[in-house]
Amino acid sequence: MISIRGVSKHYGSFQVLTDCSTEVNKGEVIVVCGPSGSGKSTLIKCVNGLEPFQQGEIVVNGISVGDPKTNLPRLRAHVGMVFQHFELFPHMSIAANLTVAQEKVLGRPRDEALERGLKLLDRVGLKAHAHKHPGELSGGQQQRVAIARALAMDPICMLFDEPTSALDPEMINEVLDVMVELAQEGMTMMVVTHEMGFARKVAHRVVFMDQGRIVEDAAKEAFFATPRSERAQQFLAKILHH
Amino acid sequence: MGYDFDWSSIPGALPFLWEGMKITLDITATAIAVGIVWGTLLAMMRLSSLTPLSWLAAGYVNLFRSIPLVMVLLWFFLIVPRLLESVLGLAPGSDVRLASAMVGFALFESAYYAEIIRAGIQSVPKGQVAAAYALGMSYGQAMRLVVLPQAFRNMVPLLLTQAIILFQDTSLVYVSALADFFGAAYKVGDRDGRIVELLLFAGAVYFVICYSASLLVRYFRKRVGA
Ligand SMILES: Nc1ncnc2c1ncn2[C@@H]1O[C@H](COP(=O)(O)OP(=O)(O)OP(=O)(O)O)[C@@H](O)[C@H]1O
Ligand SMILES: [Mg+2]
Repeated sequence: MISIRGVSKHYGSFQVLTDCSTEVNKGEVIVVCGPSGSGKSTLIKCVNGLEPFQQGEIVVNGISVGDPKTNLPRLRAHVGMVFQHFELFPHMSIAANLTVAQEKVLGRPRDEALERGLKLLDRVGLKAHAHKHPGELSGGQQQRVAIARALAMDPICMLFDEPTSALDPEMINEVLDVMVELAQEGMTMMVVTHEMGFARKVAHRVVFMDQGRIVEDAAKEAFFATPRSERAQQFLAKILHH
Repeated sequence: MGYDFDWSSIPGALPFLWEGMKITLDITATAIAVGIVWGTLLAMMRLSSLTPLSWLAAGYVNLFRSIPLVMVLLWFFLIVPRLLESVLGLAPGSDVRLASAMVGFALFESAYYAEIIRAGIQSVPKGQVAAAYALGMSYGQAMRLVVLPQAFRNMVPLLLTQAIILFQDTSLVYVSALADFFGAAYKVGDRDGRIVELLLFAGAVYFVICYSASLLVRYFRKRVGA
């Protein structure tokens, strides 16, 4: 479904990504972790073409992201993305947030879009909030709306960039629960997160990044049992001690 | 030695002054409307990653911001009539001073609006644009549906402030002897030998309008929280 082959990226002389390769098969959940600044966000943004890269190839559902002939908006319409800071549109109601792209990008009729949006809002447990604006919701609620907004586009896979790291601790689980459910339903997911509980529960593989390189790419069990690299061992020790 | 104020020529001149005010408002409204539309395009060009577009916009903005408004207006009074004569086949000498004034102000104000709008666009967090793109929106959709509505909401106070300045600056059309509100007041005063009274009256009217508008700006500023 997502195939990343030998991707490198630099800003001027600064190398953000170096020869990154990994694979996310259909129905698989991959957790990407690593220290701050290791290039996790950059890598995940390369997958839907939000960040350009200079070398290598990324193929999503058979379409090459880096190919200048690729219609990126059309590809992105079916690759869901959830951001650290939710990025709901603050000038629109929750209902409009859920329907705007369905109508303007997919061309769905308004009532169909609304029906689909409300169904997903119900699914993340926020049916009663459709008429509100994002500013009136808590962070956890906003992030659940953001997930529903991405799902409303009928994505073939979902990308998450630290979806819970901007949340107060008591709100993390309400978001993780939605993500776990999604994973268990067989959604293909690439998730940047430090929530190792989530990784243990639903991840198939864990990718560990350090200084722009994929240092470790292992099945979940192997990763937690015996991380090969010293950096991964240190990293795990640090975050599991929290 | 005191000056004997005589306000008696004002009531009779009110209809004429009102005609002048209409010209003032016409020029102001046109310049605001064109200024915002053209200014938005200039701002988007300036922020574009295509260097020729961004240089072109930067050149335009810097040029107009570095020339006194009076000169721009004078040039347009000299150029636009000739242009209209040759392009539209207008008879030489037809009165196109109002049109020239509108064109001059609109092009001049666009440069200022472009800078305000550019700042407004940049005030919208980058993550909003990323979210719009991630949902499959094109550049145009992301701008129209996500960025500009937020940018304009942040910009309302600044746009209004600029409009107030513009409203006052329209009095500069006196260089073409066009009877805007200020020009009309001057003409009446000159005719009746009551320049001081007429200009005091015109000043009071400008003050009341602009001060009320600035109170409105303050209200919006509170609402936007900026
Ligand atoms: N636009 C940019 N220009 C220059 N350098 C950048 C730019 N964006 C990111 N970087 C650098 O690239 C590196 C990787 O950034 P990235 O955001 O991908 O890291 P990350 O692993 O997601 O970190 P975090 O855990 O803090 O989110 C960082 O060192 C960052 O400073
Ligand atoms: Mg990051």
